[in-house]
Formats: sequence, structure tokens, C-alpha cells
Amino acid sequence: MADKILKKLNIKVWRQKNASSKGKFETYTIENISTGSSFLEMMDILNNELIEKGIDPIAFDHDCREGICGTCSLYINGRPHGPDTEVTTCQLHMRKFKDGETITVEPWRAAAFPVIKDLIVDRTAFEKILQAGGFVSVNTGGVPDANTIPVAYEDAEESMDAAACIGCGACVAACKNSSAMLFVSAKVSHLAKLPQGQVEAKKRARNMVAKMDELGFGGCTNTGACEVECPKSISITNIARLNREYLVSRLSR
Amino acid sequence: MSILNSKIPEGPLAEKWSKHKANIKVVSPANKRKLEVIVVGTGLGGASAAASLAELGYNVKAFCYQDSPRRAHSIAAQGGINAAKNYQNDNDSVFRLFYDTIKGGDYRAREANVYRLAEVSPNIIDQCVAQGVPFGREYGGLLANRSFGGVLVSRTFYARGQTGQQLLLGAYQALNRQISKGNVEMYSRHEMLDVVKIDGKARGIIARDLVSGEIKRYGAHAVVVATGGYGNVFFLSTNAMGSNGSAAWQCYKKGAFMANPCFVQIHPTCIPVHGDQQSKLTLMSESLRNDGRVWVPKKKEDAVKLQKGEIGPNDIPDEDRDFYLERRYPSYGNLVPRDVASRAAKERCDAGFGVNAEGKAVFLDFKYAIDRLGKDVIAARYGNLFQMYEKITDVDPYKNPMMIYPAIHYSMGGTWVDYNLMTSVPGLYSIGEANFSDHGANRLGASALMQGLADGYFVLPYTIGDYLADEIMTPKIDTNAPEFEEAEKEVTGRLEKLYNIKGSKSVDYFHKKLGQVMWDYVGMARNAEGLKKAIEMIKEIREDFWKDVKVPGDLDNLNPELEKAGRVADFLDIGELMARDALDRNESCGGHFREESATEEGEAKRNDEKFTYVSCWEYKGESEEPTLHKEDLVFENVKLTQRSYK
Repeated sequence: MADKILKKLNIKVWRQKNASSKGKFETYTIENISTGSSFLEMMDILNNELIEKGIDPIAFDHDCREGICGTCSLYINGRPHGPDTEVTTCQLHMRKFKDGETITVEPWRAAAFPVIKDLIVDRTAFEKILQAGGFVSVNTGGVPDANTIPVAYEDAEESMDAAACIGCGACVAACKNSSAMLFVSAKVSHLAKLPQGQVEAKKRARNMVAKMDELGFGGCTNTGACEVECPKSISITNIARLNREYLVSRLSR
Repeated sequence: MSILNSKIPEGPLAEKWSKHKANIKVVSPANKRKLEVIVVGTGLGGASAAASLAELGYNVKAFCYQDSPRRAHSIAAQGGINAAKNYQNDNDSVFRLFYDTIKGGDYRAREANVYRLAEVSPNIIDQCVAQGVPFGREYGGLLANRSFGGVLVSRTFYARGQTGQQLLLGAYQALNRQISKGNVEMYSRHEMLDVVKIDGKARGIIARDLVSGEIKRYGAHAVVVATGGYGNVFFLSTNAMGSNGSAAWQCYKKGAFMANPCFVQIHPTCIPVHGDQQSKLTLMSESLRNDGRVWVPKKKEDAVKLQKGEIGPNDIPDEDRDFYLERRYPSYGNLVPRDVASRAAKERCDAGFGVNAEGKAVFLDFKYAIDRLGKDVIAARYGNLFQMYEKITDVDPYKNPMMIYPAIHYSMGGTWVDYNLMTSVPGLYSIGEANFSDHGANRLGASALMQGLADGYFVLPYTIGDYLADEIMTPKIDTNAPEFEEAEKEVTGRLEKLYNIKGSKSVDYFHKKLGQVMWDYVGMARNAEGLKKAIEMIKEIREDFWKDVKVPGDLDNLNPELEKAGRVADFLDIGELMARDALDRNESCGGHFREESATEEGEAKRNDEKFTYVSCWEYKGESEEPTLHKEDLVFENVKLTQRSYK
């Protein structure tokens, strides 16, 4: 496990001043990076070097740096969150790269996620989908005791599996159709597996799918790329559940 | 009469909150529609408050610097949330939760606030379940509980190791529902840079649109600050990279007192620092101490070999392992509170028994739990934490013990508030980690989530009505008022000043320097000499910062370096105030350890005679020293004892 030093790396990175300007790749070299550093720590070091040289640092989204907030969103060497499984970019470590390698870094590419600057994209579309029905309509107060309704252990676990989605958008970035089906199905499943969420299940599936279509996400063709790249291993069986919920809601109208 | 009025209601402890609710004013639905409230921050406190206020009928504007409210750092809380449900039949009660929290906080919190927190805690669990939070359950379908540090009952509810995430998603869903109904206007990627006062009352904020760089004015009848803690003053902490103390600091500069700023929590179980390229520390949940045993070698020569990498932890037989927490604190063992566990780790490492190359780590070992319960049980309980540990360190914690070391985690100190959660500025509220009110000098595990949601769901929506009932005749706030004009000018002026320094060093350079001073002198062990030195050193760093910082990019475009520069400028001021506060408090309590005030065994020694107060600092101007006011803490229901976990 002892950390080594990567003597030299070439970072080929997407630069774009703002939403309306045209972007292009630039390549920077960076030296002496510890394999124990995270990918974003490498980016920090590169940025500090750029600042010293009078070059505008590379803008990228990041916050918690422990893989849970879902903010970081880099497309590294052709993969969302880079060459590791079940990680976000902030948990990706430099031990996954070789000395002398050229690393290509891009933003999420999807029509529904326009670039704001460099590697930062606008994921407001995800917000809008959730606002269309990703909730249980209860106000604060006036709810029953938490143990009034027992929930089968397996149902709670399955609900939790789906609720683990961090809303990063890797599923959309991985999909050749830029489909948001995995994201939508995760929220629909999370709530559909619990009695509290079942009351509005039909309406929820219908409204969220309609909003997703409206916002320009593509359709699902079952390639499974989303599941492979999901940092939280959200399963595509959720998409099957979403399809079922959606069908039931259409039939019962 | 002190200028601080805590407004704690009269009467027996258990009746204070009910009586208070019965006595405070209520705003009619028709009038709520005319009133506006700004909520800054969308973590557990902010999101739950914004949603609940909107449900009541107020017009809410919510702000967060992240691209979505769901990304607030509450999301990262792992272990759980406490509530006095007594579902386990283990003799838990509201009083016991209250008592544990007061004792855990080393008797430096208000009895009335803490009791209310314990009193509303069961409602939080009910609310979360109704929203669809997938808490862990037993096979019979009822909710499961685990145990946490500093307590002898099982009252912690959890959703695997992602409890904060699930609770925040619950509050976020409630917020989304109100956004879709048009009751909340959400401003993501917006940062509050000032609070605006008109005739002494908070009437709005100035915020920067982080994408366009535009400076904008927002008016409201009341402002709620829910922007979390200031742990990032240490540069390395478990806080998110963007977590900052700036909103609270602007409130301070506008007259809101800062209370107990020196009380910060150092969490005992974080992944140790490696090398000098690190940007942030990762927490390993306290819940791990339920099943993990903390140890270092008994023999110094074994420790030296570990440090040199000549042997591994599994080469050391059981009889040569020093389970120092179990040895020193037999009744609580590995589950002593965080401050105690952190200091014990530091003591062993300072004595030369640290287990990594830097000598600054101890082991947290699951071998014994795996032998007892099997790997599957441990994987079900902590699987995601083990995975996270392995991704970061490249070590498999099922086979080797984890290495851990203390790190800055939480701010108990914060903006001073009265019982209604209002600051010393009328109409300005502070909730969640941003305020000082409930955790005293040390917060117990799984209590931060409880406090954030208690404030947002069940306290503020009641108490804010008492203030707003007198504002129903106040028309919509005019953001063309000269006070807004002036505040905007100040904000713009400061940004331009930072931008135009065009010095030679990056913002991080100064932030790291400040962090080192804070860790060395205002960290786990403090003394008068060091604190005085820290104040001088921070002044020098500040002077250098304002002369030589380099902010690249543009003012009118997305510019993360500019955002950081503003936050670090405030951290420099916060750090100095923390040192000042630590210097004043010549006693050891909770997370605040003064070397001058220790027992012979090296345990913290409180001084109740002199320091049973909340220190409240009042801003007096840029080059003036702040004034210290003291709110005396009165204990009528618990007896102050020297905390013992032996």
C-alpha cells in the first residue's frame, strides 16, 4: 500500500469560458503526484500551479470529498468518475494511473446538462424531475408514531438500496442516449417500496417520467452502462420497477 | 441586567416548552401569505425550516451555494440520529436524553434548550418515517436502534452508514414539494455575502449569483441563517470543501453575538493525514466503535517497527495490544464521548505509540467482532464505510485494522441565540450547527442531525411566529432602501478589493498557513502562551493575505477562487476570535482542553466556579477588540459533577 510518486502526468482537459462560448481541450503537465492523493487533490495542485503561472484555474464541481454529496462530476478517460468501480471522482485515487500517462478530463456530456464553465455542468434538470413528484405529500406534524406501520425488513432494505442515489448524473453521462431512467427509477423505487410512498405511487411515476421526457433526456435502450458506472451501484432492476409502475399508472387512468 | 436576554420561560423544566408555545403569538393564515422569510443554507436545519415555513403559508426564499439543496454537508453524516423513543425498553426517556446531552456537553449548555431538544426528538422520527426515510428495521418490521458514544441505552436510529443522506433527502423532498407549489423560491449557486438591517431589524440579504457573478438584493420580514459550522478554519477537517463561516460572520459584524467560538469538536475516528498534498479529511463513523476495538501496541519497540513498516498489526499478539480506552474507561470502554476518545488517542501517540509512519494513528480493529458475529453481519452494518476506507487507503479493513486519528469535525460554538433561536439582532435567526445552543462544550454522536431537524421542523416554525405576528403591518421590504444600497456597495467594494490585490500567492497558501496555526495552538490541547502566539501569528497572516493574495479569473463569471478568497478572509477573523475565546476560558471542558487545567491523570478539569457561562462576543469594529458578555448558565435540574466515564 505504500504510496509512490508519479513523476509526470499529462492532463488533457476541457476548457470553456462560459455557457455561450465554444470549448476546447488544453493539455497541461504536472509532476510529482503521490499515488495516495485523490484525483481532485491532483486537480488542486494543478490549479495552484496554473494560478502561479497566471492561467485561469480549471473550474470543476466538488464539495464533500467523501463520495456522498454527488457534486463532483468528471468524465475521466472516457468514463464517468474515472477508471475505478463504485466511486465518485473525489474517491478516485492516483494509484489508478500510470506514470507518464495522458489523462483526459471532460464534463458530463448531455443535452439536458449544459456546460456552465470548464468541467461544471448545470444539473437543474434533475431538480425539476424531483419537483414533479419525488416526494411524499405530508406536512410537518400530525403524522402517526413511527412504529405504527411495520415495514418488512426486505422492503426497507430494497428501498434503501434505491435511496442511496446521490444524484450525480453519472448514469446520464454514461448513457449513449443521455437517458435519466436510472435516476428517475431510483427515486420511484425508493418511495414505491415503502407503504408511506405507495399512496401516491401512480401519480409519481407518471409525472416524473413526463418531466424527464420534457427536459430532453433520451430514452432507455437497456445497454446497462448506467448501472456499471453508478458510484452507488444502483441496479437497473429499478428501471424494470419504474416501467411497471408507469404501466400500472397508465392502465389505471 | 446583562444585555443578553435568553428568554428562557419560567416554570418546571418539563413544562417550559408547552407553556411557552401556549404563550407566544400566532400569525393568521391570511397574514402569513403577506410575510416573507429568507432561509440561508439547505442542510437539515435550513431545508426542514424552509419546507415547514412554506407549508404554514409563509413566502420563503431559500439559498444555497451548492448546485442543489441536496448537496449540503448534512448529507455526509453517517451514523445516526438520537431520539427518546424508548423503543428498546431499556429505560430511555426524555429526561435521560436531556441528561446525557447536558453531561456530554460538560455542563456548558442551557438546560431549557436541551430539554426541549430531547422533548421534540420523538416527533422527528415520526416525521422522517412519514416522508419515506428508509431507516434500518428489525425482521418484525419495526425500527432498529444502535448505541452511540457517551450513553448507556440504544436510542440511535439509522439508515445504514448514510443516515444524514437519508434525513436530508427527506427534508429535501419536502422542500421540493414546496418549490413545485410555488411556496419556496430556490436560489441554488447563490452565496449570502451580507445581511441587511433596517431600523435595527434584519430585513434581507445581499447574495452573489455564483454563475453570473451578479450581486443581488433580497428582502424579507425575517432572515434565518442555517449555514453550518466553521470547522474549515483548520483547513483540514471533515467539513465539505465549501463549508464556511462567512454567513455567520457577516451576522456577527452586523451585531449578532458569537457564542463559545472556541468549542469545536475533534472527532476521534478519521482517516489519518498522509503527506502534504491532502485537501480534506474523511470521517469514519462513530458507530464503528460499537464493534471496533481501539488499540496501540503495549511495547514501544512494536510501535517503532510498525512506524517503519517492518511489521503489520496482525503480527502483534493480543497480549501485547493495549486497548487503552477499555483500560482507562472500563464502564464506557470504546464508547466514551468523542472529546475523551480524541485526547486518549493523542496521549498515546504523543507518548510514541502511534502506528503509522508519522506516528499519528491508532488502530480500530474489527477482528474481534468478525470472530464473534461473522463477516456478513459486520458487512451489513458497516459495508459502505469499509468500502470507503478501502478506496481511500487501499487497505482491506476486514483483514487489517483501520488506522484512525482525530480531526476537526463540528462547531458547538456559533451565533448566540435566545430560547426562540433569535440572535441578538431582531428578526435574524440562527438554527442547526450555525447556532451555539444545545451541545455545550462537546456534542454527543447522532445529536447534530437531531438538533438540525428539531430546530427546522419543530422549534423555529413556532417561535418565528411570535416575532412575525408584530410584522403583519410591515409592507413588502423595499430593496431600493438606502440600507440595501449601502450593503451592496460594501459587498462589491470588498470583492473588488480582493480581486485587485493581484498578489503572488494563492488563496490556499494562506488557508493552509492559518490551518496549521489553528491546529498547533488552538487544536486538541491549548495553553495561554500558545494562544497568545496564535493571535499574533494570525494577525500577520491576515496582513500578508490582504497584501499578497492572488485571485485569478473574473468578477462577473463563475470564479471558485474568488469565492474561496472571501471565505478565507473571514476564517482569518474567526480563527482569531476562537483563540481569544480559548484564552479567556482558562478551564478544560468538553472539546476545549487547557493544559493549565487538568487532573493528575491528565483528564480535563472544569472550573464551575469561574466559567459556568456562555461567552458571547460583540463586534466592535475592524481594528477594535471585541467585547465579552457573559450569559450565566443556571442549573436547576442537574447536579454539576466532574464528568466520569470510568
